[in-house]
Amino acid sequence: MQVLRHPIAYRLRSILFGGRARHGVVPSAVLYAVLFAIGFVYLYPLLYMFITSLKSPADLLNPMVQWVPTEFYTGNYVKAFRVLDYPRTLAASALVSVIPSILQTFVASLVGYGLARYRFWGKSLILLLILATFIIPPQNTVIPQMLTYRRLGLLGNPLSLILPALLGQGYRSAIFILIFYQTFLSLPRGLEEAARLDGASDLRIFFTIAVPAAIPAYIVSFIFSTVWYWNETFLTVIFLEGGVTTLPMQLSKFVQAYENLYPPGVVNIFDRLNEAVKMSGTFLNILPLLVMYFILQKWFVESVERTGITGE
Amino acid sequence: MRVPNVFRREVGLRTREALQGYGFVLIWILGFALFTLFPLVETFRYSLNQVTVTAEGIRLSYLQWANYTRALFTDPSFVELLIGYSIETVVSVPVVLIFSMIIALFLNRGFALRGLFRTIFFLPVVITSGPVIKELTAQGAASAPGIANVPAVVEFLAQLPRAVRTPVEYLLTSFILILWFSGVQILIYLASLQKVDKSLYEAAAVDGASGWEMFWKITLPSLSTATVVNAVYTIITLSHFSENKVIRYIYDQTYNVHGGIGYASAMAFLYFANMVSLLAIVYLLLTRRTKKESA
Repeated sequence: MQVLRHPIAYRLRSILFGGRARHGVVPSAVLYAVLFAIGFVYLYPLLYMFITSLKSPADLLNPMVQWVPTEFYTGNYVKAFRVLDYPRTLAASALVSVIPSILQTFVASLVGYGLARYRFWGKSLILLLILATFIIPPQNTVIPQMLTYRRLGLLGNPLSLILPALLGQGYRSAIFILIFYQTFLSLPRGLEEAARLDGASDLRIFFTIAVPAAIPAYIVSFIFSTVWYWNETFLTVIFLEGGVTTLPMQLSKFVQAYENLYPPGVVNIFDRLNEAVKMSGTFLNILPLLVMYFILQKWFVESVERTGITGE
Repeated sequence: MRVPNVFRREVGLRTREALQGYGFVLIWILGFALFTLFPLVETFRYSLNQVTVTAEGIRLSYLQWANYTRALFTDPSFVELLIGYSIETVVSVPVVLIFSMIIALFLNRGFALRGLFRTIFFLPVVITSGPVIKELTAQGAASAPGIANVPAVVEFLAQLPRAVRTPVEYLLTSFILILWFSGVQILIYLASLQKVDKSLYEAAAVDGASGWEMFWKITLPSLSTATVVNAVYTIITLSHFSENKVIRYIYDQTYNVHGGIGYASAMAFLYFANMVSLLAIVYLLLTRRTKKESA
């Protein structure tokens, strides 16, 4: 114990374990170790996917090759690119996620603004119903919609996703309405009231004052909406099957599409479907989202902390 | 007919405000009626009928509750799938809540690589979709690395009774996937952590509270709202996920000769009821807990 009271030992102790003024080295090291461990586990499926996608057929069969492929093999990607019909499905995915997202974001902001700024009878009922639309599982409403679309000849047409978005019933619309509701509640009303006294109409006030003030909420909503529409497959398969094929839809019938292009009886054994090709297809599927995420990550993470998505 | 009456004008302003408000939400009310309420009522009507799809449209023949009793008492797989789903959800919710809370607490401290880790932990939100998850699970990339295949673990699992084994096995084989559903929850916890009044911690530190005590007495109670929000969000996301086995089963039955639209609709409503009761149970458990704490 005598040693610990020595000034140098004391300094050392404060550097290692932290004191009043600083985090110590040891707690920090532990923190980083834990975070790196969790981060690795978290990214494990992605790493596995990426590494496997680069393995040549020989590497796949070789039990010695686990994490480092013996060669940089891109053949899987060439095949997956063809099987996914990449340019066409990519364009389709972009189309059916971006257009509904724009409409959904805009309509959600209108509704959120109406709820945040005006007093009217039945407002709490509407808020309750908005929450209900978030809870109701899609399979409880999808069949009549599908039958109606079939009667109207809209099955397979992107309109079948666009129409609900246009009327505020798009995929997870409730979340976006609540984001805008929160955003507009937290914005000061002063400027809007001044404009109203000057005789501006309500729509004009909305477009010239409220919309510019809520730009971050628009960006966050649009990005999330695009991502969720992109990844949504339950409704897209039912509504678009036979018309438009998106990337995730093509991925879910990857085996079938592969065997159409490379019939198993005809091609040689190295061109048979293997997990490396499947993983290449999966990676190509998420690649556009990864690119988007790394470009826009500031908007994904930081503004969510600020826009008050918690909705208390 | 302009009456310069203060009272009249007040009423007029109120009505005008309400009308403008309705103007903004009208589009949503219309959409709700067309795309949610009407299909929901229709689906319920289908669930009470035998539905035959013909060239002109659909034909209904009334069955009362036969579709429901069939799903609950005759169908060999539906109830089993429903129980499996409930167990998986009940196992996943605490895992997601605890994990996202720990990560949020980490990320709430200022440290050098905070941005990098935040990017990593939020990544799954961006890339998680049914087909991607399906491919990854099929390759075994979703289990906690290696653990599920260790012979000792397999042997240990084999000795457990079935009721215990299923959830544990699920936890081991899909551990990473469960964690992948925590992205938004981490953000909600972070947002909530940043709203906690810093002076509370300072006051507690002056009174000699340890970090451990501060977590239980200050941090955790402050996160109670976020916890409820997160639990509800987790249950709903898991229940709506398109690779969910019950959803897949209902979807397959829709196009099945022996199932059909009416039967699938009945199962959809049973599934919905099951999900709502799970939500209610978790909600009550969490709110009662927090009430006790604040009392």
